[in-house]
This record gives sequence, structure tokens and C-alpha cells, in this order.
Amino acid sequence: MSFLIQSGFLQSGPVQHALIVGGIAAVVAAVVGVPTLIRGQAFASDALAHVSTAGGALAPLIGVNALTGFVLMALAAGGMLEAVPVRDRAERDLLTGIVLGAGLGLAALFLSLGVTLPGASGATVGVLFGSVFLLGADDLVPALTAGGLALVLLMAFLRPILLAALDPDLARVSGVRLRLTGAVHLACLTLAVGLAAMTVGAILSTALIVTPAATAIALTARPGQSLLVAAGLGLAGTWGGLLIAYDSYVWTNGHAWPASFCIVTALCVLHFGLTGGLSLLRHLRGGKVRR
Amino acid sequence: MRDLPEAPPLAVEDLTISHRGRPILDGVSFALNRGELCGLIGANGSGKTTLLRAILGLARPDGGQIRFGGGRRGRIGYLPQKVHVDAYMPLRARDVVALGLDGHRIGLPLPSAQRQARVAAALDAVSAEGFADQRVGTLSGGQQQRVFIAHALVRAPDVLLLDEPLASLDPSIAAEIAALLRRISQQMGIAVLLSAHEVNTLVPVMDKVIYLANRHAVAGPVAEVIRSDVLSRLYGHHIDVLNVHGRILVVTAPDAGAGTAHVTLLP
Repeated sequence: MSFLIQSGFLQSGPVQHALIVGGIAAVVAAVVGVPTLIRGQAFASDALAHVSTAGGALAPLIGVNALTGFVLMALAAGGMLEAVPVRDRAERDLLTGIVLGAGLGLAALFLSLGVTLPGASGATVGVLFGSVFLLGADDLVPALTAGGLALVLLMAFLRPILLAALDPDLARVSGVRLRLTGAVHLACLTLAVGLAAMTVGAILSTALIVTPAATAIALTARPGQSLLVAAGLGLAGTWGGLLIAYDSYVWTNGHAWPASFCIVTALCVLHFGLTGGLSLLRHLRGGKVRR
Repeated sequence: MRDLPEAPPLAVEDLTISHRGRPILDGVSFALNRGELCGLIGANGSGKTTLLRAILGLARPDGGQIRFGGGRRGRIGYLPQKVHVDAYMPLRARDVVALGLDGHRIGLPLPSAQRQARVAAALDAVSAEGFADQRVGTLSGGQQQRVFIAHALVRAPDVLLLDEPLASLDPSIAAEIAALLRRISQQMGIAVLLSAHEVNTLVPVMDKVIYLANRHAVAGPVAEVIRSDVLSRLYGHHIDVLNVHGRILVVTAPDAGAGTAHVTLLP
């Protein structure tokens, strides 16, 4: 057991902060991920995550909290995606690609300034790949606030979001306000992207949103259940990854593996293990396993 | 004192609609009564979907009136032309029906026996209980149509509008769905209006037909509308209506005019 949980894991302050903030990010990202995949917006979530790199890189340059930077930049990009009218998914993907390109250009500028400006913090690696063990007590309240807001909004608008994903005309005829519903979903997504970027970095934050949600959708056909399963998987992958990252310091004689790598790997192992196991079970039972 | 006659659940009067300056419908009038099943027939591009969208409030008419007997557009059930549901979508058939009941509401749905009963009743009305717990994206075309009809029925509408509900179905399944709609309209007293470009599947179940062509419409019983003289007046040139082995065939001369060179309502 001591090989799996090295001494001092739960007593360490940085680990405690990482477990709490990482746990909030994992749950929010996974729960928001389910309707994001149902709406066919995996690419949009990836684009917002990458564009938020610019905000994360800008934050230390103007002296604001990294979460604020990530979220504001993702909100700006999300606002642009929502404001420009599109006719179908193909047009939305085109627009998303254009916004993604512009955001990455800004990210290149701010990351460069972060390295070259006098007195720059050089936070590039943290922005791109996360620095979850460097989170402090100051990050708890913003993370809780952003996470709580995203979950409350998503739960409140879950039914209109699902109905709009089924068919926009059907939703409109039923009385759903499509623009409001889309805006609320994008707001939740940007908050989730910001939280995920704090934990595993802007580059890898998509994994926290897409992977647990995709696993949950494969495991259960019930919308409410899929949210709970996604949250549990996100939490398990994130906490498991943090544990592996902490342990790897001992296993590798001080050459610890990045927490973001460990978290993303744990989520992928859970995904392929569970969906592969389910497929095997269905095969053995002649395809009669109910999901 | 005599009771006033009940207003029809849907009445369209002198409706005119254009799109980007191009006239689509001109002076279209008809009324639907309770328990009546009406086919909205016309070739592709004749304005069937535009008419349904105007009734739903999704397209703005240039003139005319659309009246609802209940006074509210909210008492309309609707089935769009094509609802594409991915197989992986985590929604069971009963979830889709429940979204028809309260999917527009903000807030978490509280567990309610009444809600479950209404969903179960709608599934029962379309004989969909057998696959109610399956992912809707994995169901066959006919089963999905039943689920979406239940979705449209669950709020107990006065009027049910269906846009080409039989278009992508095998003929035998299409006939089953047509018979189901007939039963629903009669048993629940709902006015059903469904569009189609193929009339024969609907002939056995229709009380009334609205035939759209040349931006105009003729409405009435099938035998009074799908006739050579009536359709010739509607199209503005000679139309033959043939009865081949009990099925209707509407044809016109190849040189009769652009867009109507050959009109056939048989596959």
C-alpha cells in the first residue's frame, strides 16, 4: 500500500490544494463535457481551450489571476462563436477554426512576451501544461466560485440544452430560447475550460472535458446518469493522476512525471479499459448488455 | 340560447408568403377540425414546409391570418422533416418524450409520478413501450418516428403538424405510421396535418387533402380535389389523374411548362 500511496501525500499542503482545485475542475469539466459532446461541440471545446492559452499567458503580464485570464479569453472567443450567426455544423466548424487560429496567434505573442520582457515570469510551461502542485489557498475561492456557477447554470438549462441538441426547430416550437440556451452552454464551457487549464494546462484541458464525458456516454444511455458517471470518472482520473505524479517522484529518484501527463493518462486508461471491457462483455453475451 | 359552433383548432385564411422577394404561397386558405387527418400534398419545393413553418410561427407571412381554436400556438405538436440523432447520444426514447413535456423549462426536473405517467401514456399511444429504454439513435426509422410522434403528443396538443413523416420509411412502415396517425386523430380528437409528396399511402386514412401547386392550394375531400379538372385549374394547364391498380397517378404533358413538366405522385 505504501508503494501506491507514498508517505506524506495527504499531509502535503500543495497536494491538498491540488486535490481540491483539481477535483473541482475535474467534476465541472466532465459534467459540462456531456452536453458539449451531445451538441457536437467537441471541436469548439478544444478551440476554446487552446484560445484560453492566450489569456493564461496574458494574466502574469498584467498581474491578474491565471484563472481569470483563462476564463476571460475563453469567454471572448466563446462570445464570438455565439454572436456570429451560422446555418449548420459545417459553418460553425469553419468559424471555430478561424477563431482558433486568431487565438493561437495571440497566445504566441503573449507567451513570447512572457519570456522576453524584462522581469517576465516565464510561466509558459505552467500555462501550456499546467502547474497543479503550485496552486495555493488563494486559488480555492475563485475555483469554487467558477465551478459552482458553471454547475448551477448547466443544471438549470440542461433540459433546454438537450432539446436544442435534438433539433433546433423542435426546441424553438416548444418555447426554448435558442440563443440564450447556446450562450449559457458556452458560458459553462468557458468556465470549465478555465478550470481545466489551471489543472492540466491549456493544451491538455480538452482531455478533462472530452474523455470522461465520452466514457460516460458510452457506458450509460440515461442523460442524468451520464453526468454523474462523467463526474466520477473525471474525479477518479484526476485524483489518480495526482497520486501517480506524487509517487513518481519516489519511483524515479526525483525525476517526477508532470501531473498533467499522469492525469490525462489515467483518464485515457479509464476510457479504454471501461469501454473495451463493455465491448468484451457485450461480445461474450451476444450483444445483449443493456447500457 | 343556442351554443355557438366550436372554432376549428386551426384555420388559415388567405395566407401569402414570399422568401427574398420570391412568392411561395399566395392566398392559401383551409381549416382543420378536431379528429380530422389532413394531407398536405405537393411536389418538392411547392411550399409545404414553408406553410407548416408559418403555422408554427417560424416563418413570417406577408399577408393573411392563422387562427387557433384554443387561441394559443402552444397547443401545437410538431414533428420536423428529419431529426438526426447520433447513435451514441445518451437519450432513451422515454427521455425524448419527457423533453416534449417539459424540455423548454429551466431548472432540474423533480421526480414526479404524474410526469412519468404522462410520458408512459404518450409512449403507449404510439405502441413504443417495447423500446422505451433503448437509445433513440439506435432505433429503426419507423421506431424513431413513433418516438417523435409521442414527443409531439405528450403535451396533449389540439393540432399535430408533421413534416414529411413518411418520406424515409419503407412503404409497409409508412402505411403503419399513417394508420397510427389516423387512430391518434380519431381517438384523441386531434387535428392532424401532415405533408407528403406521395399521396397514395395517405389516401386510405385522409379525411381531407390540401393540394399545393403554383403557389396556390385547393382543399377538400380527396375525391373532390385530386381530379383532372380541379388540378388542371390549379396548375394552369391540362393534368390527367389516372387510377392504376387502385393507386393514383397525377401526370401532365412533358411540354406543359417549366417546373411542372412531369408531375407524378407515385414512386
